[in-house]
Amino acid sequence: MGSITLNKVSKVFGEANVIPSIDLEINNGEFVVFVGPSGCGKSTLLRLIAGLEDVSGGQIMIDGKDVTQAAPAARGLAMVFQSYALYPHMSVRKNIAFPLKMAKMDQSAIDKKVEAAAKVLNLTDYLERKPSQLSGGQRQRVAIGRAIVREPSAFLFDEPLSNLDAALRGTMRLEISDLHNQLKTTMIYVTHDQVEAMTMADKIVVLNRGNIEQVGSPLDLYKNPRNLFVAGFIGSPHMNFVDGAYAQSKNAKMAGIRPEHLGLSKDSGLWTGTVKVAEHLGADTFLHLDVDGIGPVTARAGGEFGAHHGDRVYLTPDESKLHRFDDKGLTIRA
Amino acid sequence: MATQNTKTLARAMMAPSVLLLLVWMIVPLAMTLWFSFQNYNLLDPTQTGFAGLFNYEFFYTDPAFFQSIWNTLVIVGGVLLITVVGGIAIALLLDQPIFGQGIVRILIISPFFVMPPVAALIWKNMIMHPGYGVLGDINRFFGFEPVDWFARYPLFSIVVIVAWQWLPFATLILLTALQSLDGEQKEAAEMDGANFLNRFIYLVLPHLARAITVVILIQTIFLLGVYAEILVTTNGGPGYASTNLAFLIYRTALLGYDVGGASAGGIIAVVLANIVAFFLMRAVGKNLDR
Ligand SMILES: Nc1ncnc2c1ncn2[C@@H]1O[C@H](COP(=O)(O)OP(=O)(O)OP(=O)(O)O)[C@@H](O)[C@H]1O
Ligand SMILES: [Mg+2]
Repeated sequence: MGSITLNKVSKVFGEANVIPSIDLEINNGEFVVFVGPSGCGKSTLLRLIAGLEDVSGGQIMIDGKDVTQAAPAARGLAMVFQSYALYPHMSVRKNIAFPLKMAKMDQSAIDKKVEAAAKVLNLTDYLERKPSQLSGGQRQRVAIGRAIVREPSAFLFDEPLSNLDAALRGTMRLEISDLHNQLKTTMIYVTHDQVEAMTMADKIVVLNRGNIEQVGSPLDLYKNPRNLFVAGFIGSPHMNFVDGAYAQSKNAKMAGIRPEHLGLSKDSGLWTGTVKVAEHLGADTFLHLDVDGIGPVTARAGGEFGAHHGDRVYLTPDESKLHRFDDKGLTIRA
Repeated sequence: MATQNTKTLARAMMAPSVLLLLVWMIVPLAMTLWFSFQNYNLLDPTQTGFAGLFNYEFFYTDPAFFQSIWNTLVIVGGVLLITVVGGIAIALLLDQPIFGQGIVRILIISPFFVMPPVAALIWKNMIMHPGYGVLGDINRFFGFEPVDWFARYPLFSIVVIVAWQWLPFATLILLTALQSLDGEQKEAAEMDGANFLNRFIYLVLPHLARAITVVILIQTIFLLGVYAEILVTTNGGPGYASTNLAFLIYRTALLGYDVGGASAGGIIAVVLANIVAFFLMRAVGKNLDR
């Protein structure tokens, strides 16, 4: 079990109202990702749920029980920290066993659980090592192992992969997703990595200045962003925003078109632009253009598109994928 | 090649200071060793020449000898115990966010700036004195007899005074170590269900091990030679109750004018210090390499 409900939760640090008021429903077994720009309160929200920070107002319920005032350990949650927070002077075995030892479980049961967790996480050969003798990925797995053995009702991850290199991040991403499929335990995952958010989440919560901008499945957020902020935040490279005459012709204050929804051509098109920078990745080509009468625009072509700095190219937005926003920044539904 | 050159250069540049330190250490040690085998008494200049082991025998058969060694160890052990335990406790308190933190910290550190004889005199006349001392006043207030600390518990009194002087040092070192403890580790332990005591035992104490070792080693070096505090308070008495090895040497050398005998005592003190250092390094030295 592991359903979590936030009821008008708020947090104030001194003068700063970091989280004004948040309502959120997390269902049992869901993989929820918190994304948002740096400083928007993702970590704070996670720490409020963990109990490491006291709420300034509102109510936190876990499995229907009010835990707003409960101590962190009493909430039955496990947290994986960005710095791993392993105990440096204990062996891997002792690190993983620590929560069980604190729960006064007997030694043979502890051994069995530690061995089992080590097997799942490929740590069996490293059980007697100290954390300082492990690689970043291995440390991360130990931190996850320490969380698993407690059989928590939900896992909390705060940017667990941000200290790893790109390749390892990819592997660990798969491992965590795999773990979620095996355990089917609720997971809350904080990240500012687009790919992590889009690939891992059942549900993405987009935060901005301590407010929830939108909650939904990754594709839902990609296709139907509720407002300018979500439209600009989800998707990489970012959506292009066009105002002025073109937007007005579409009856909007602002029009948005994703780089992948711009048709590129060397012969003809609606807009004409000069290539500033061309990024040839093989599988994709990203063109950063200066479009006449509109300004800077990014376009993506699948495969190789032979254009270089200074070339003139034509673009045609795919009108069916166009996003329109009103003067409050909200999406205009067709 | 470059590193080879740098190394050679570094050695050459360091040589003068190493040499100076070596001379600084070897010359007094050699002289002391030399004097310890000589008849050399300032009161009797006619008696000179090789004395064999007489000086050692003289010092060894001094009725205060074994007691002074015991007292030396008691002072070292007692002060270490008080300063390490007290230092950890105070450091834990100072690590909490409190009002006027800066001032409190400076106040805590201040005893370290008081010169040993001055500190001892303050304790002797203003705190422990049965007539004028604060402790005496407190006793009288509650209707008890004032205690004459230096007559009744001379060694204990010395330990208290020296511990008071060294407590700031221990606190300072331990506090800096405590502040370097990673906050996320504490939070992780909290989430793992460790209460304050468990966090202290499994997280804080192992983290402090190295700092505690440094405190013990440095203090031991200085505590083996405690002298000024004894001189201005008990003068080694009553009897030999508060005479340690350093004070016994002083007594032989300057009160007995016996340079030879005092030198023999000095060599014995060096041997004792090395024995203590040997056991210390075996006990806690492994904390230093990680
Ligand atoms: N202990 C604190 N005291 C005062 N302000 C704080 C404290 N912790 C966080 N804040 C403030 O709260 C805001 C949100 O911080 P938080 O750490 O939750 O951001 P975040 O979304 O996790 O950012 P990042 O992606 O950079 O980790 C920030 O403006 C930060 O300065
Ligand atoms: Mg954060």
